[in-house]
Amino acid sequence: MSIVDKGKEAVQGVAQAVMKKAAELAPDSLMPGGRPDPLIRRQHGHIGKPVSRVDGPLKVRGAAPFAAEVALDGMAYAALAYSTIAKGRIAAIDTAAAEAAPGVVLVMTHRNAPRLNPPPRFLSGDKAAAGDDSPIMQDDRVRWNGEPVALVLAETQEQADHARSLIRIAYEEEPAATSLATVSQAAGGCEVGTFMGEPLRAVVGDADAALAAAAHKVEVVYRTPGHNHNAIEPHAATLAWRGDELFVHDATQAVAHTAWSMAQIFGLEESQVHVTSPFVGGGFGAKGLWQHQVLAAAAARLAGRPVRIALSREGVYRIVGGRSPTEQRVALGADADGRLTAIIHRGVTPKTRHSPMPEPFILPTQSAYASETIALEVQTCYLDMVANTFMRAPGEAVGTVALECAMDELAEQLGLDPIELRIRNEPDKDPISGRPFSSRNIVAAYRAGAERFGWDRRSPTPRARREGEWLVGMGCATATYPYHRMPGGAARITLDADGRARVDVAAHEMGMGTATAQAQVAADRLGLPLEAVTVRYGDSSLPGVILAGGSQQTASVGLSVMMAHQELVGELLKLAGNDSPLAGLRAEEVESADAGLRKLDEPGRFESYASILGRAGRSELAAEGSAPMPLETMHWSMHSHGAMFCEVRVNAVTGETRVSRFLGSFDCGRILNPKTAASQFRGGIIMGLGLALMEETQFDERKGRIMNRTLADYHLPVHRDVPEIDVIWTDIPDPHAPMGARGIGEIGITGTGAAVANAIYNATGRRVRDFPITLDKLL
Amino acid sequence: MGVIVNGTDVELPDDPRVSLLDLLREGLHLSGTKKGCDQGACGACTVLVDGQRILSCLALAVQYEGRSVTTIEGLGDEGALHPLQQAFIEHDGFQCGYCTPGQICSAVGMIEELRRGVPSHVTADLAATAIPCSRDELRERMSGNLCRCGAHNGIMDAIAETYGAETHREAAE
Repeated sequence: MSIVDKGKEAVQGVAQAVMKKAAELAPDSLMPGGRPDPLIRRQHGHIGKPVSRVDGPLKVRGAAPFAAEVALDGMAYAALAYSTIAKGRIAAIDTAAAEAAPGVVLVMTHRNAPRLNPPPRFLSGDKAAAGDDSPIMQDDRVRWNGEPVALVLAETQEQADHARSLIRIAYEEEPAATSLATVSQAAGGCEVGTFMGEPLRAVVGDADAALAAAAHKVEVVYRTPGHNHNAIEPHAATLAWRGDELFVHDATQAVAHTAWSMAQIFGLEESQVHVTSPFVGGGFGAKGLWQHQVLAAAAARLAGRPVRIALSREGVYRIVGGRSPTEQRVALGADADGRLTAIIHRGVTPKTRHSPMPEPFILPTQSAYASETIALEVQTCYLDMVANTFMRAPGEAVGTVALECAMDELAEQLGLDPIELRIRNEPDKDPISGRPFSSRNIVAAYRAGAERFGWDRRSPTPRARREGEWLVGMGCATATYPYHRMPGGAARITLDADGRARVDVAAHEMGMGTATAQAQVAADRLGLPLEAVTVRYGDSSLPGVILAGGSQQTASVGLSVMMAHQELVGELLKLAGNDSPLAGLRAEEVESADAGLRKLDEPGRFESYASILGRAGRSELAAEGSAPMPLETMHWSMHSHGAMFCEVRVNAVTGETRVSRFLGSFDCGRILNPKTAASQFRGGIIMGLGLALMEETQFDERKGRIMNRTLADYHLPVHRDVPEIDVIWTDIPDPHAPMGARGIGEIGITGTGAAVANAIYNATGRRVRDFPITLDKLL
Repeated sequence: MGVIVNGTDVELPDDPRVSLLDLLREGLHLSGTKKGCDQGACGACTVLVDGQRILSCLALAVQYEGRSVTTIEGLGDEGALHPLQQAFIEHDGFQCGYCTPGQICSAVGMIEELRRGVPSHVTADLAATAIPCSRDELRERMSGNLCRCGAHNGIMDAIAETYGAETHREAAE
């Protein structure tokens, strides 16, 4: 990071601190969410119904178009060559054979690539999208093992792949930092990590002294490895220049961010770049702007041809970041009653100099438990490796491993039930910020979950239950993920003369059921049948700067549509005029119902949308609204929670662990669509089972290269690894969140790893603190 | 003679390196068959050849001269979904939808294997002529089809609802 960047981050940090203080002190009524969303009161609409996905028929027929499936006339295919050293320079590069190979259109290297501006690093600006801000093929430097060093364009993919294999490169290698242990133990090798301009550190009282004086204490080190997202759709883009305008069919979680960032890189106006991404084949944090879209656009410009770039599975591992490994030390001090007197959560994680954040594993600990003293800190050190990046619940996914396993260890020492220990330490306000919770019902979630799971059948004594070769045990852990809403939300509602509505919003669908849930919400908002609402999304020309990340898309879109609806009501009343039963009414006096507007306290004064538009001779009426700044997150402490319950069977002979039952009991506000929500919860939990038992990005510390870069070598949970997963929820609306709903996309992966590990301990009496818990560690 | 794709005779590619998957996706624009790894590890490219499920990324198109290939586009269409496609929608057996065509084609082929009495790793009686359509059998036999969104429960429910009763009946006979 340059001094200028550090300065920018510092300014960003100060500005945020000032705004936070002001938001904290302001009265509730001035906050977004200060007055509960009226939809929270409405109980008999489309919200809460298990509606099947509106795009289901397309997806089951394979007819939903993904980025690598758009055919453009005259399209050439791209293949990338990747560096095989971690640091140094390209001494010589011989492309003659590749250029002479059949079908080759272009070989691009740093020698002939167009001059490009550096990619704007994600979080460095409102619409910055790049997961890595290294210069893209601009010089002879090599910054990581796997960095793209050449691109071949050919008439077919087969020709491009073959020609790529003919490129010969000589490197001058330089010493590289590729070992976390070596770098983190060197003097001055680490510094406190920062995230969004603020240090990843929190201190309340003197936790080290409190720990030393505590009647009971647990002090443990947990290690988690790197992870890769491994969406089944590899990253891809099909793109073309038309004059000075760039059209990109992308697989992205950030259409508006990508359009702006590509414009910066190519020196264009934002309006000259058009990004569409109607279907994304899984994202989990990885589908952002990486080098491949930029390289393909550069090559398309040089060659004067449309280009398809579809990364190979290895290509995804080489250039798209993953989750970094962590080494976390958790120390808990408690009095004789099990009340926490000290929480210490410190550790180290590597990052690159070109990526936006170190894995923030202390995040879940910030608002977890009441304690007189707290000390949290993420130390980070720099490695020469592929970028680290956001992966489902960055921070919480692996942070809850250390925290929630340590809680289990403390419960055992105290002779307390682990649920009781958690309930005893339930905070009444945010332990660090002191802000009130917007809504927190974790105890209710634990009680409901424990009853349904049969927690009372668990023996507190490890290794107490054996069925033949199998040792059986149960464990639990808390899941947690914050409510986020990022700035920039906007949406447009267009009503037509038949009383149908279209919502336009630059949102994304990568499996969450965006169009389905948002159609349900908009139908209730507008008082329309579900069939009368369509949601158009996945296009940078639509309103809003809305990231499908941080589990915030539902809130961001929901509030934007609410604001657009307010505008629309005003426009409708103007249009209705003096001949309408609504004549003279102000927007606050009416509500949407039965495909029209009616007076709140006099439902007989009603006129349908179709009638209003018809009388005015209008074929349609559109209104756009923008969401206010997300000050609610600075006024309340807003978090979702879950109580995770796991039963495992561990083979006493082979050490193999099988998860036989799992229950997630969630408190995430109101659930908009129980069918798609259950799928998201389960999906997170299943990724958590992978984290617990098998997933690990194997990094060769000698060469700085990822070794297991295939789906055969990086093990994901398969059907046989996944039992029936039970999910329940409190469905208690958060009065301060749009629709009463907090995000649900990420929370499932949190707490799951710890619940599995705690169940394995209960089954076997073995504490494994080095993840994943593979069978060799249990023999 | 070419290869028959969803009932239509299609010319084989000139380039012998073209996989059956790339012939389908790039040559014929039948992009319902997905490329997830191109290495035979994820199952997203599963199609049926003469009724048997294969990984089309590990198949060279020219090897399939005269053979009959059925892709997701040949299983059902907009007006008349295959019962399994309908069950996937009902049971939310997908999220992003990218592994879905492979899961569906694989399940259709897998059921034929069960009907023929082909045992799996979890089959207790290797000599049995009819194998019950248990969850364990289904999970084992579908484990070559990866899903990263985590729709596993819905996929199993959809397959069990579509085929469960039928194979149980066969087992009883």
